[in-house]
Amino acid sequence: MRLVLDNVHVQLGDFVLEVTAELNGDVIGIVGPSGAGKTTLLDVVAGIRRPNAGRVAMDERVLSHAAQRLFIPTQRRQIGYVPQDLALFPHLSVRKNLLYGRNGRDDQNSLFTLEHVTSVLQIESLLGRGVEQLSGGEKQRVAVGRALLACPKLLLLDEPLSNLDAKLRAQILEFLRRIRSEFHIPMLFVSHQREEIDALCNSVIELERGRKVT
Amino acid sequence: MTAEEWQVVWFTAWVSALSTLVILPFGIAVAWVLARHEWPGKSVLETVVSLPLVIPPVATGLILLKLLGRRGPIGKYLHDTFDLEIVFTWRAVLIALGVMSFPLLVRSARVAFEQINPRLEQIGRTLGASNLRVFFTISLPLAKRGIIAGMILAFARALGEFGATIMVAGNIPGQTSTLSLDIFQAVQLGNDAHALRMLGISIALAFAAVFASELILRRKRI
Repeated sequence: MRLVLDNVHVQLGDFVLEVTAELNGDVIGIVGPSGAGKTTLLDVVAGIRRPNAGRVAMDERVLSHAAQRLFIPTQRRQIGYVPQDLALFPHLSVRKNLLYGRNGRDDQNSLFTLEHVTSVLQIESLLGRGVEQLSGGEKQRVAVGRALLACPKLLLLDEPLSNLDAKLRAQILEFLRRIRSEFHIPMLFVSHQREEIDALCNSVIELERGRKVT
Repeated sequence: MTAEEWQVVWFTAWVSALSTLVILPFGIAVAWVLARHEWPGKSVLETVVSLPLVIPPVATGLILLKLLGRRGPIGKYLHDTFDLEIVFTWRAVLIALGVMSFPLLVRSARVAFEQINPRLEQIGRTLGASNLRVFFTISLPLAKRGIIAGMILAFARALGEFGATIMVAGNIPGQTSTLSLDIFQAVQLGNDAHALRMLGISIALAFAAVFASELILRRKRI
């Protein structure tokens, strides 16, 4: 996958994100301290936040180009997003959360069936439960499964290992490796821990105060 | 209780319930727009929506009378086009109750929408859901408690409405007479027993509505 961020400029109050980068790789890491603009960058790629200027493109597809007033809405980007707070729908069961992105569509790709995804993530036994009844690690896997079942062309993971103890971190990291090998979906992986990035990613950019430093 | 008294109670209850149902879609729409969108003139809409809470009800009634009367812009149009009379009919009662209780519904629903984590709606869209689907499957179910509480408050407000109703609908026995108007008239005529019976029913209805609202707000989920 090739993700192009060309003079992307986002103004949020006093904070300014200004990034120019060409990211190549299956799993791209974004590292940086809190407040560096990592989540804002993911929001821009997902189409949740509209840049004031610049161009964002994934492979040959232009996602947004401010000068040309081009902006593909979030719904049409096919970009899965697992936010830091997971944002599981609290009023829906695990099954309904997982199937939210299917919206009655037939399984055209046998790789992304409910059975296969829940088997890879080992969440088959949780389907009938409410999301409030899940542990932190289970919630994390359900959120990843929900994003996968919408058949995304890119998966955004915002600090998926934060707030987990060392054992769970190792477990989730293993699941992410399995996702990479089983589903072949490129990932954009955000973390403020360099070692997590190094364990999973094959290219890295570092942000600090809204700018790329490496 | 006489048949006439039951008629007043029944009329007040159904016209209050109907006015709450009529304002519901508009109230939800205005509440959602105020909770989720920012634009330069937003405070103007916020003020207009809240006006019936702060200006005297008879003043609101007078505005409605001027708009809906046969010589008013809306009343003239409805009369000339559909041969429809509004003022001094049950329709005027319905409109007066709806206008006076609208701000309560909007306030409650707006708070409910504001309490929803916007991330839930954003993630719904990343999963391919349209804005409409996100609204009906995420926003609305999560705001349900606040909206129902707002409906009950609006209903309770409608039950007790007086000033705007008497201006635009008068107090015509068997046609536009509500509990509040009936109590006022009974006191004026010195019919204290009748007034006290209607007062008791008013208190019971209002108590039941507010109590139900409190129960709904306390329950974690419905």
